Amino acid sequence: MPELNYKKLDWVIIGIYLLLVVFGWMNIFSSSVSEDGFTFSLKEKYVMDLIWVGSALVIGILILFVIPSKVYPAISWPFYALMVFLLVAVAFVGVEVNGSKSWFAIGPFRLQPAEFSKISTAVLLAYLMSKYDFRFSNTRDALRIVLVLALPMLAILLEKETGSALVYLGFLLVCYREGMTGWILVAGLLAILLFILTLIFSPFVAILVLIAITGIAASFYSRRQMLGMPLTVAIVLLLSFLPRLMRVEAFSFLTRFDPEIWLALLAGGTALVLAILYWVRRQRALRNLMLAFLVGLGLIFSVQMVFEKVLKEHQRARIEVLLGIKEDPMGVGYNVHQSLVAIGSGGIAGKGFLGGTQTRFNFVPEQSTDFIFCTIGEEWGFFGTLLVLIAYLTLILRLIGSAEKQKDSFARIYGWCVAMCLLMHVVINISMTIGLMPVIGIPLPLLSYGGSSLWAFTILLFIYLRLDMEKKSF
Amino acid sequence: MGSFKSRRTVVAAAIILVFAVIAFRLFQVQILDKEYRITAENNALKYETIYPARGRILDRNGQVIVDNKISYDIMVTPFDVKEFDTLAFCRIFDLDTAFVKDKFREYRLYRRKIGYQSLVFKRQVTSEQYNMFIEKSFLFPGFTGVPRTSRSYPYEGGGNLFGYISEVDADYIKDHPEYKSGDYVGKTGMEEAYETLLRGEKGYNIYLRDAHNRIKEHYKDGEYDKTAVAGTDVTTTIDGTLQAYGEQLMRGKVGSLVAIEPATGEILTMVSSPGIDVNQLSDISKYYKDIVTDPYKPMFNRAVMSPQPPGSVFKLVNGLIGLQEGVLTPETLYGCHRGYVVGNLRVGCHGHPSPINMYQSIMMSCNAYYCYVFRSILDNPKYESVQQGFERWKAYTESFGFGTKLGTDIPGEKAGTMPTVERYDRLHGKGRWRSISIISLSIGQGEIGCTPMHLANLAATIANRGWFYTPHLQKDTPACPIDDRFKERHYTMVDTAHFEEVVKGMELAINYTGGGATATVARIPGIIACGKTGTAQNPHGDDHSVFITFAPKDDPKIAVVAYVENGGFGATWAAPIASLLVEKYLKGEISPERKALEKRVFDGNLMHKVKVRR
Repeated sequence: MPELNYKKLDWVIIGIYLLLVVFGWMNIFSSSVSEDGFTFSLKEKYVMDLIWVGSALVIGILILFVIPSKVYPAISWPFYALMVFLLVAVAFVGVEVNGSKSWFAIGPFRLQPAEFSKISTAVLLAYLMSKYDFRFSNTRDALRIVLVLALPMLAILLEKETGSALVYLGFLLVCYREGMTGWILVAGLLAILLFILTLIFSPFVAILVLIAITGIAASFYSRRQMLGMPLTVAIVLLLSFLPRLMRVEAFSFLTRFDPEIWLALLAGGTALVLAILYWVRRQRALRNLMLAFLVGLGLIFSVQMVFEKVLKEHQRARIEVLLGIKEDPMGVGYNVHQSLVAIGSGGIAGKGFLGGTQTRFNFVPEQSTDFIFCTIGEEWGFFGTLLVLIAYLTLILRLIGSAEKQKDSFARIYGWCVAMCLLMHVVINISMTIGLMPVIGIPLPLLSYGGSSLWAFTILLFIYLRLDMEKKSF
Repeated sequence: MGSFKSRRTVVAAAIILVFAVIAFRLFQVQILDKEYRITAENNALKYETIYPARGRILDRNGQVIVDNKISYDIMVTPFDVKEFDTLAFCRIFDLDTAFVKDKFREYRLYRRKIGYQSLVFKRQVTSEQYNMFIEKSFLFPGFTGVPRTSRSYPYEGGGNLFGYISEVDADYIKDHPEYKSGDYVGKTGMEEAYETLLRGEKGYNIYLRDAHNRIKEHYKDGEYDKTAVAGTDVTTTIDGTLQAYGEQLMRGKVGSLVAIEPATGEILTMVSSPGIDVNQLSDISKYYKDIVTDPYKPMFNRAVMSPQPPGSVFKLVNGLIGLQEGVLTPETLYGCHRGYVVGNLRVGCHGHPSPINMYQSIMMSCNAYYCYVFRSILDNPKYESVQQGFERWKAYTESFGFGTKLGTDIPGEKAGTMPTVERYDRLHGKGRWRSISIISLSIGQGEIGCTPMHLANLAATIANRGWFYTPHLQKDTPACPIDDRFKERHYTMVDTAHFEEVVKGMELAINYTGGGATATVARIPGIIACGKTGTAQNPHGDDHSVFITFAPKDDPKIAVVAYVENGGFGATWAAPIASLLVEKYLKGEISPERKALEKRVFDGNLMHKVKVRR
């Protein structure tokens, strides 16, 4: 057993942890204290939060000093299996809160297994990927990782906790660091882009963008940027006049199909011919690019078709609201508007502790949980929000840096997992409150009110700190 | 995996980029953009709810029996209230200044929760009050009036039947999240049963507030406003005129009067007396305390909620079972000398000729006759034990609907009680009881309780010669079709042929002129009605007066039960009441020779006879 070196405890991370937790409590207090003053009652969120914070600290200390770190790789499979079981179970026997059935009620306390399954997934991923013969190029290994990620995600989607499921995509970045091909990330981002373009604008626009991207990529691959890029731009511009052309009498025969069909036939046909050509010439990269283009084309049309034919009216409406195609001022749109006003009204320096009116008059929903950032923005202003951002950024970058120094690959991968979990939560939550992303209910780590979230992040972080204490640095 | 180490730089750079985007957006929102820098006071979209008109309730002839009238709720936005002339305000709405003070104390206490919301200050003010308020509304900033509909009742009657609507309370909202504070919901009667049809759909207007906190314009030119959809009118099977007449007949009595159209199971009239006065119904909250503390319990719908012993009308059921079981023929003779005596048990009877056949037994309502019949059913050697015979007997009664919920569309319907083998085993010891131990059942007394609706259903079943449709209040219309369960004929376990024999006895009970008939008071000129009296003994005072009837005999249009608590003999009150209702329905008016009877019923007051806990 490696000797514990308490001097090696990462006090910067602990400092940021404490700063966020204390700052979180202050804002929870501000957003939930009533006008009539402070009462010491368990019904008050700010009192309950103290209990959660206290118990989280006890858990943190236990993990740091009592539980040996060897335990984690050893229990990774059973721990993971248990959490997946709980995730599925809660979808059937859990209590429903805000439309998602993801809570176990134990007396007055409620626990959300989706928060804790992040830990088990991180531990298992670290365990699997740290095996000496693990390779992403090995299909069995890669499939195993896909499965380990997909199971809890699907279970969480079953509970209608879309936000918590999205967090798992952060683990793909860990995979990337450990050798997964970056094309998966690029393809994922492109797919999201095409999806949004298709729905917000039209399939026609999405295809044009796809042609532009493919054209530019192709010109780089064939090392003819000077010719390829202007050519691509010219073609895309020309093609964009197609709908207008169709309105001209002489070209009325074109109206037999929609413009996107013409475009797809034209571009798809070209790509197919080129793909065969490159295949014959054994230019693999260019051939793959053309095939990717065809897949993208298929994606655009299937999005359109699924959206119009498969989805039900209310599901369609929900997606439209999420993407801002339709506004729903009674629902999602209202929340974002109120949230922006709250944050925006904070100005540079904010209205001061307990000075917020927007958040304190219940304009913003879920103001002590998912929308705690509004209270911070309103009462502490740009300085406050920037401080929080910097704190998170420092925490995440420090975790990555520290992880990279680990000799033990289990500790390194686990550290990355912790950092990526934090990253996904922070980015999704803050982006939602400032209207950069649709409203997805997910807590802000260590700041939001909620015992499950606080406990989960404490455990997640402190397991790493313990691993870090035992590190065999280079 | 050292070979991928450089990737950390890629990821870290991406993270920094994302954080930079977020920081820039915050800079934009918090510092650059003036749009979001408006102060809290003039933010907020204001939502104004538009309440739909509630569906009306129509009677079977298309007459409106529950209508809407316009009234107004006075709303207040505490945040916008400035100093105002409390006295003038109170004068308009006939309020106490203390009431206003209390309200505002409450608003102060919860001002954080209330925020910019509008709350109901005073419900259902009249149009006159509203008009006075509007003229002076500039004096009362923060107050507005919202048109709401409240109920009006063109016919004097049907209070219990229709039920009332009231505002949803916190508990109700908790269980029914689709309702919001300020909504009305049907709480009892038809208003409750047909809530989903009647309520309609709310709409809303969304307004923007300007920098001076005044409502400026429709948000996005009203693009997101929604108009209200009025509730659906529900047609009932009730005959409005008959219902009002029935309530008039039952005034001053405690009990129920139910009329059913046998061919369809449609309920024509359902009176529970004393009931809620319809004039109180529309403003129930004002009278609520009086109504719930009234010792006669006007809220209680006796017609479906009050199981009582049926008394002698139950002899019909026993007779039918006897015929079906083959232990009785219409010609079977039994002797009766003022009662049925076995050992030291004696079931008394009144003086009448002896021996008698089944027709006469119904006509004269002989107790002893049915003691013989009942015992021969239970002691039938075909069955191994009395208990088995009893089970068989019970199965018959259940096929008539007794002891079960009929499945009507009336909220709060009770199943009543039928005794079980287990119950008698507990009472007498397992297997240690004989038919004589439970002989009271033969004449509809003892451990048997059925609601007036059960008895009305019995009348309809006999009128139909052996089957019934589940009684219901909703009329089958193309717009609101009724549930399939109301379209299914239920046959009893007794052959239809046997019913004809019982009907003959019931015809005699009213129309036999040779003496001895119990219900001659129910005779209607020109119409052959059939009926059976009942006099239900009870431990709480005078006997209950019971009567079931249907008419005309050969093509029954209406089947009626009248149950008058502590009214004495069946022929004293129940028979006149039921027969008057029949006459009114079939002829439209009461024949001159029965006017005196009608007057006696109108004037009759039996309230003092009913013992109530005060």
